[in-house]
Amino acid sequence: MILLQLFWEFFKTGLFAIGGGLATLPFLSDMADATGWFTHAQLADMVAVSESTPGPIGVNMATYVGFTTAGIPGAIIATLGLIAPSIIVILVIAKFLQSFRQNRFVNSTFICLRPASVALIAVSGLTVAFSTFLDVSQPSLPWFQWVDWKAVVLAAILLVLTRWIKQTKKLHPIVWILASGLVGIGFGFAGV
Amino acid sequence: MLFYCKLFLIFAKIGVMTFGGGYAMLPILQRELVDNRQWATEEELTDYFAIGQCTPGVIAVNTATFIGHKKKGVLGGIVATLGVVFPSLVIISILAGLILNFADVPAVQNAFAGIRVCVCVLIFNAVCKLWKGAIKNILTLCIFLVILAVAMFLDLSPILFILAAGILGVTLEALHKMPKGGAKSQ
Repeated sequence: MILLQLFWEFFKTGLFAIGGGLATLPFLSDMADATGWFTHAQLADMVAVSESTPGPIGVNMATYVGFTTAGIPGAIIATLGLIAPSIIVILVIAKFLQSFRQNRFVNSTFICLRPASVALIAVSGLTVAFSTFLDVSQPSLPWFQWVDWKAVVLAAILLVLTRWIKQTKKLHPIVWILASGLVGIGFGFAGV
Repeated sequence: MLFYCKLFLIFAKIGVMTFGGGYAMLPILQRELVDNRQWATEEELTDYFAIGQCTPGVIAVNTATFIGHKKKGVLGGIVATLGVVFPSLVIISILAGLILNFADVPAVQNAFAGIRVCVCVLIFNAVCKLWKGAIKNILTLCIFLVILAVAMFLDLSPILFILAAGILGVTLEALHKMPKGGAKSQ
């Protein structure tokens, strides 16, 4: 039964996630809330693993969620659910390729869909950031103790290295993910 | 039969060599499909990518379906697509299994706490990159801001926002109110 539900959830994700890359993230975030199959912290780990391993991010994320939820059958079913709408839509479009690209309604629709997709990814990013940088489990503490300052410092350094330093900003994300993992161990980021 | 095997293996190879998907796989597709095999031309590849950007789903998967379909019809499309996702299935299943088993080790917890910070930065960078291609005039800026504000405070399914944005696009085009210039599709 959970396999059927997995297929359906990922079919919807595959059908509505537009633009590739992290476009599936808002849908998975919503899935975490709706089903309780995984937490937002686990979702952030999945992004890291999906970015550091071969294969398209969306497919990696689907496999990961499927595996976490229902083992290997779950991984297979979630991935098939994600790609099923693509296969159907592309096989239909392949028949009238050029007229699809030049259709003004298709064009206008996607002009409006792209900012929508970016906004949804931004909201998912903020959700992850909220749980990473803030700890509101003890609201009686003064506000500056809610903030995880170690995490803020690491984020600031990464931001500078990935956006403004010419020599380092072209490096593959896997470099930053591994380095952050080591910093996390070195400075005891989880506090354990 | 032999050709289907070949199709599957070549796309599995492309899947293994792609880190991150999307535009990262374009050079690999060019080498494997245009230079080495002449299965597609540069122009076709660019077209597939542009369509992959504005159709649902993962771009790598969409491109695989297109080329498989071109070579061997519907079954070819399906075989190529299964090929491109096969490496992900194997690699991620192994890794996810390992991570679930070692989730209680303190070093693993600390490492992922650090990695989560990095993920926030990576998502921020991805949004900045996408911003350039998506937000090009007042209309698209408004769509971005409205959805950002509403999705932050209301717990609605992302499907609703995608549908609403799509309906807005069709409506504006029907009324000839779509802003000219700027945001063109690829």
